[in-house]
Amino acid sequence: MSALTFTLKTRPDQRVDMSPLVCHALENLEPIEIAALKLQCGKRKVRVDELFAVSGYDTKHIMIKNSFSKLDYIGKNLDGGIIHVEGDVGAYCGMGLKTGVIKVFGNAGIYAGCEMKKGQLEIDGNAGDFLGGALAGNKMGMKGGLILVKGNAGDRVGDHLRRGTILIEGSVGDYCGSRMIAGTIAVMGNTGKFLGHGMRRGTLLLWNMPKLSASFNDCGSHTLAFLPMLFNSFKTLNSLFANSENAFNRVQRFAGDMAEIGRGEVLIKI
Amino acid sequence: MIINGVTIDATFAEAFPMKGTRAIITAQNEKWAMIAAQAMTGFATSVIACGCEAGIERVLTPDETPDGRPGVAIMIFAMGGKGLAKQLETRAGQCVLTSPTSALFAGIDGGIRIPLGKNLRYFGDGFQTAKVISGKRYWRIPVMDGEFLAEATTGQVDAIGGGNFLVLAQSQPQALAACEAAIEEMKKIPNVIMPFPGGVVRSGSKVGSKYKALGASTNDAFCPTLKGSTKKTDLSPDIESVMEIVIDGLTKEDIDKAMRVGIQAVCDLGAENGIRRISAGNYGGKLGPFHFHLQEIMA
Repeated sequence: MSALTFTLKTRPDQRVDMSPLVCHALENLEPIEIAALKLQCGKRKVRVDELFAVSGYDTKHIMIKNSFSKLDYIGKNLDGGIIHVEGDVGAYCGMGLKTGVIKVFGNAGIYAGCEMKKGQLEIDGNAGDFLGGALAGNKMGMKGGLILVKGNAGDRVGDHLRRGTILIEGSVGDYCGSRMIAGTIAVMGNTGKFLGHGMRRGTLLLWNMPKLSASFNDCGSHTLAFLPMLFNSFKTLNSLFANSENAFNRVQRFAGDMAEIGRGEVLIKI
Repeated sequence: MIINGVTIDATFAEAFPMKGTRAIITAQNEKWAMIAAQAMTGFATSVIACGCEAGIERVLTPDETPDGRPGVAIMIFAMGGKGLAKQLETRAGQCVLTSPTSALFAGIDGGIRIPLGKNLRYFGDGFQTAKVISGKRYWRIPVMDGEFLAEATTGQVDAIGGGNFLVLAQSQPQALAACEAAIEEMKKIPNVIMPFPGGVVRSGSKVGSKYKALGASTNDAFCPTLKGSTKKTDLSPDIESVMEIVIDGLTKEDIDKAMRVGIQAVCDLGAENGIRRISAGNYGGKLGPFHFHLQEIMA
């Protein structure tokens, strides 16, 4: 069965809320019913077929083509199935993701994967601020699953991260891992200022030496047994993280943020 | 039934239901994984007084272990789930957590989850951290040689304990040599352990005793020195020594297989090496619901 495909016909001036177009919500709907669904676009509600050419039937596999940076909430609360996006996506892509896979062959806006619970979000390009973070005012960010970014990510990656793994092949902005509660963030590139600001627990795994705040204390060099297992779990990914040449188990360990409870750690490849 | 001059008695081994689990111990090298495994499975020959029956299942190569280091798979069996969980935790805490460079992982993914490192983590005094990797939770407990890594839980499954057979020989050295040959072959079978010292028991027991405080006592029917003094001996005049191999396993099929290869190894030595009979311990069907008929197994 061919993937249910939404091809954007023209780029609207206003932002579009794409949250109704998720696999579990479209199950058991006829193509004509899907085409008649209403999407919020600015202050208007527009029919799906007004914005997209709809083809295919398989609601477990959705493709969004010609996507651009004003298509928000793609894959919001997705509960099973696969969403492929060709082009950029707007804000809140994969927000609250429960299960399933979202692959973005482009860049993602702010709050991608925020408060997701399980599943996998892959972004081929760059990601904006608050990747895997918590919505403003909320106390818990991503609670499980995996986010893979092949490009760079903005500020506040994993803000309030509770559980799960964020992998970034490129570099990240400031405040990476800020207010982390637990979980793992791995960054192959460079990191900005105020790394792990206010983190309580969790692991920041880095390939390059960061500029650390004074509230992170050096615990020395160590060989950690869990690292080979962690890298082994990345083997199935289409990513640099799957490459065994990038794996290591010898690290310099810094504990912090001592201004918080200080049970977090920054592990830097030696 | 006679195989290579060895008589296979028309009798059966009687076994009973137990709860079982498996854990994987890894270390910097096989030597230290084995030391931890031997400590963890020590004093665990019989549930009668040890609280559990435990043994080393087999040595694992680095590509068979979760952390890619040399390892050893051990199995523990107990009469109930609570007893098993308690024994597992106590032994893991005293014997594996303490052993240099060790790490501890679940050996059974299914079944009811029982704590492995889940409660040992408190040894970390608040410095312990959890990592969820591929859906499994591991505890990293800081210790003086680095970190002790332990999977949070392992699986408890229904199992069978007390499969057995007796080797009746012309002399003590011949009985022991036959048992050693049997154990060598039985060790190759997965999902079973032979919990007694070296896998061999020289003091098989019967149910009951003349002393009220004891629930079990020497199996006088198979004691060669009592041939003339006990009311009913099971030994002919030419038998001077009897040894037993006890098997605990996850399923009846696993124990069947282990008994088959073990008895076959004994029979391969044959009458010319002083092996006269193979028999089995049973209690008239009173003890357990699992019956392993020797002649059916060897058919």
